[in-house]
Amino acid sequence: LAHGAGGKASQTLTDAVFLEAFRNPLLEPLSDQAVFGIGNARLAFSTDSYVVRPLFFPGGDIGDLAVNGTVNDLAMAGARPLYLSAGFILEEGFPLESLTRVVASMARAANAAGVQIVTGDTKVVERGKADGCYLNTAGIGVIEHPFALTADAVKPGDAVLISGPIGEHGVTVMLARGELDIDSDLCSDTAPLHGIVADLLTAVDGVRCLRDATRGGVATIVNEIARAADVAVVFDERAIPMRAEVRGAAELLGIDPLYLACEGRFVAFVEGAQADAALASLRAHPLGTGAAIIGRVVADPPGLVLLKTEFGGTRIVDVLIGDPLPRIC
Amino acid sequence: MEGVVQGVGFRPFVYSLAKSWQLSGVVGNNSLGAFVELEGSEDAVAGFQRDLRLQAPPLAVIDRVTAREVTPTGLQTGFRIAGSQLARLGQTQIAPDCATCADCLRELTDPDDRRYGYPFINCTNCGPRLTIVQDVPYDRPRTTMAGFPMCEPCRREYDDPGDRRFHAQPVCCADCGPRLRLSGFEGGPGEVIAKVAQLLREGQIVAVKGLGGYHLAVDATSDRGTRTLRQRKHRDEKAFAVMVSDLEMARSLAEIAPADELLLTSPARPIVLVPRREPAGLVAAAVAPGQRQLGLMLPYTPLHVLLMREFAGPLVLTSGNVSEEPIAFLDGDARQRLGGIADAFLTHDRPIHLRVDDSVARSFRGEPMLIRRSRGYAPRAIRLPVTAARPVLGCGAELKSTFCLAQGDSATLSPHLGDLKNYETFRSYADGITHLSRLVGISPVVVAHDLHPDYLSTKHAQELAESGLELAGVQHHHAHIASCLVDNGSPGPVIGVAFDGTGYGTDGTLWGGEFLVADLVQARRAGHLAAVPMPGGESAVRQPWRMAAAYCAQLAATPAVAQRYPREWEAVTRLAGSGFAAPPTSSAGRLFDAVACLVGVRDEVSYEGQAAVELEQLANQAARGWYQSEIREFGEMPFQIRGADLVAAVLADLERNVPAADIAMRFHRGLALSIADGCQLIRETSGLGTVALSGGVFQNVLLLELAVAHLERRGFKVLTHRRIPANDGGISIGQAAIAATRDAGSADAR
Ligand SMILES: [Fe+3]
Ligand SMILES: [Mg+2]
Ligand SMILES: [Zn+2]
Ligand SMILES: [Zn+2]
Repeated sequence: LAHGAGGKASQTLTDAVFLEAFRNPLLEPLSDQAVFGIGNARLAFSTDSYVVRPLFFPGGDIGDLAVNGTVNDLAMAGARPLYLSAGFILEEGFPLESLTRVVASMARAANAAGVQIVTGDTKVVERGKADGCYLNTAGIGVIEHPFALTADAVKPGDAVLISGPIGEHGVTVMLARGELDIDSDLCSDTAPLHGIVADLLTAVDGVRCLRDATRGGVATIVNEIARAADVAVVFDERAIPMRAEVRGAAELLGIDPLYLACEGRFVAFVEGAQADAALASLRAHPLGTGAAIIGRVVADPPGLVLLKTEFGGTRIVDVLIGDPLPRIC
Repeated sequence: MEGVVQGVGFRPFVYSLAKSWQLSGVVGNNSLGAFVELEGSEDAVAGFQRDLRLQAPPLAVIDRVTAREVTPTGLQTGFRIAGSQLARLGQTQIAPDCATCADCLRELTDPDDRRYGYPFINCTNCGPRLTIVQDVPYDRPRTTMAGFPMCEPCRREYDDPGDRRFHAQPVCCADCGPRLRLSGFEGGPGEVIAKVAQLLREGQIVAVKGLGGYHLAVDATSDRGTRTLRQRKHRDEKAFAVMVSDLEMARSLAEIAPADELLLTSPARPIVLVPRREPAGLVAAAVAPGQRQLGLMLPYTPLHVLLMREFAGPLVLTSGNVSEEPIAFLDGDARQRLGGIADAFLTHDRPIHLRVDDSVARSFRGEPMLIRRSRGYAPRAIRLPVTAARPVLGCGAELKSTFCLAQGDSATLSPHLGDLKNYETFRSYADGITHLSRLVGISPVVVAHDLHPDYLSTKHAQELAESGLELAGVQHHHAHIASCLVDNGSPGPVIGVAFDGTGYGTDGTLWGGEFLVADLVQARRAGHLAAVPMPGGESAVRQPWRMAAAYCAQLAATPAVAQRYPREWEAVTRLAGSGFAAPPTSSAGRLFDAVACLVGVRDEVSYEGQAAVELEQLANQAARGWYQSEIREFGEMPFQIRGADLVAAVLADLERNVPAADIAMRFHRGLALSIADGCQLIRETSGLGTVALSGGVFQNVLLLELAVAHLERRGFKVLTHRRIPANDGGISIGQAAIAATRDAGSADAR
């Protein structure tokens, strides 16, 4: 396990199929976005598809999720997002009013994020396919600062920060499926993050790497970074911010909140000495009032993420393969 | 000669045996074990060979003797002992750590002996082994005794083939050996031990460095002391083990059957689970709250012997750790981790190289049954009923993890390691594989692992595969049954009944109430408990009330417990019905949980298996009646036993105000009956007449006794566990046996 759970043995589909076929230096790092120069400009380019179910949930829907998701992938490279594309795959019979609602929500999100949707495409597929509506967005942004934000820049001694309480999007979407009939005030945390990122990059120059904690949650993305940088990350269980409703719902569902998706939170790896300044900058932004320092980077054991529990124990936080199934015999 | 023949007084034994038969020649250790060259009359050689096995020293285990003729020299040069050869050719066996022998005890208490009162006395027949060995061959410089140069008198004993301490690697005395230390106190061993006994009598908590790690000791008769220990350790309910001075003290606290006595006094000195006397007498309530059993053990090091003499009462001696952490064994680490728990530290300067926990056993039908196989047993080799073509590593499970190294027909099962999710434990596991591989001289080529993709043991196997080792996946319950086959020296095929908490099935769902037709190559799922959803996955393990809700949802029943969860019950019931975050499981352990909750044993557990253990203890064996459950057959598909029928019967009895203790008994009888019925169904189609019972649920001796009785009455031969734990501690050896058998088969085919 020296190089992380599963290691190369559990080579992902991405590695085995896509990287194999498309291999090039820009793709190689397999980040959420590619960064390259054209003329004097440094650009970031990213794409993502959205297949969330249900399409509408408290605090958002598939439309603003698709805009914010791609905006955030650009933001994580420190880019200012400029232009987006939108691709729609619609199931035959998908109600027009639903489509209108999704599109209106996309327009609102794009306005709020200061981006324009400048190109697009629509396909209709047979009934029974596409769960009503699938979306794809791609985006281009411009990088206007000198920092290279990459996973392998992370070093022992760095602090790990989170921009706000975790798991709200993941729990909200699960509860919105309606099977559980649980009342809750929870909303998705979906939000565009380039503003708070720009503030952070202005405030401190020791930011090493940023990553939005989407699929697989904080646990999964931090594992990816620990492996890429060949370092260990140690979380402090008590420091991880979480709303009581998220904790309660996660407990009910038996899901570790560290694996719950967020759509408006990001993890920042910052040089240790600048951790407090970074935290102050995050908290000064409306999207970062709940920010916290949740852990630190150490040299050993490389590739692993550990959690210091309340009683001082040390638990391995690994990447889960598939749905979490109990391991207790 | 192969087996446990090094460091157990084997060479001096051979030396005197050869002398008595007037043979000349030489005896020595090599990396295969020991070798002897004999020259003399044919009768004498034959007599020697016979006595070799009959009179071997107590700790020696001779697995195999290979003999061939060599040309006689004709010289009667006498017999000599050769030093260790450093060749590393094959397997040697390091002996397990062994309780102080009778000879050493006599010297320890003899005021005229030069080792009188010396807390580290040992000889070739007893003392530390596995815990101090750093490398092989087993010689003092490769143990943690390397830093203690022998004094002249010790050296003389060590060099004298006629002495009990001839080549006893840890041999030492007060002049040259390890010294006892008590934090903040100066004095000789006698004064230190008197002081510690005084601290204990005052109700203080003392960290005591033992053989394989640190213990925390507190007066077992002090309720305040034991309660304080629980608070500081964050251990709410799980019972503490108690050390007693002798059998007499053991008998004053518990019923000791002859088999328990044998276990208690065996050189391995495990913790033995025995029925406590009612009323429990001296032992404080907080030692084993709500338990009808006590875990007792006798002193196994000279230090324990001296301490128990001085303290003269039952002493809680529990693992030195906080809650889920593994037991501390390094001095600095222990200071740090136990500093907030212990009021004083009783330590010494002989380092522990390998962490080894106390073993736990109980007796079943007059035979020992190991629940945790660790100190005193590991790393004694276990004979496999097959011969591995290539060396195999079994990676084990996740929670009660062990690993197993197998080569030829010999398997070495590691000491108990614990929950791999804990990083410290995981490191012991990964490092332990490397260390034990060196000690036993097995470099695995094939790596067997569980099918659960998220077991850290599975991921470790995959990691090892990257360096070229061959992977072999083994289904969890197949491994359970294989471990039982190995324990009984049988290759199968058998009807395997594997009842446990949960394990990953070949269909990707969670199994745990399985009837398999299995041998050491393959397993077919012939039947199982009908699946129920496990609402909230792992949280349903911590909260048995969720399983009660899942079963009650199937029966459309609302039991009394629902009122204790006014908000959550409805939500969990819906979760169970939704199929979301509620993986289906055929687990027998979860069925126990549901019933335990419904009869009021407990709604939530603080350690694994707690509800089931308490349900077993609740059962009133004098109660009449039993429950029955329907078996549904599906042609070629596995039959299903409706556990919900048993739950329905429990609910009906609760309606009628039948006492919980009677319900618990009827449930046990009902499940045992289902086991027998299931096996009978399989016998009809397969013709198999032997049943192997395995999985953690069969640590429940009430269920085990009932199932065995039913099966035997119906003419089955029944295999149960003895040396290998029925729980997940046995998974690794089951995996290794299966992988070895498959590999041998494909080697034949090649
Ligand atoms: Fe199991
Ligand atoms: Mg993305
Ligand atoms: Zn001895
Ligand atoms: Zn000496």
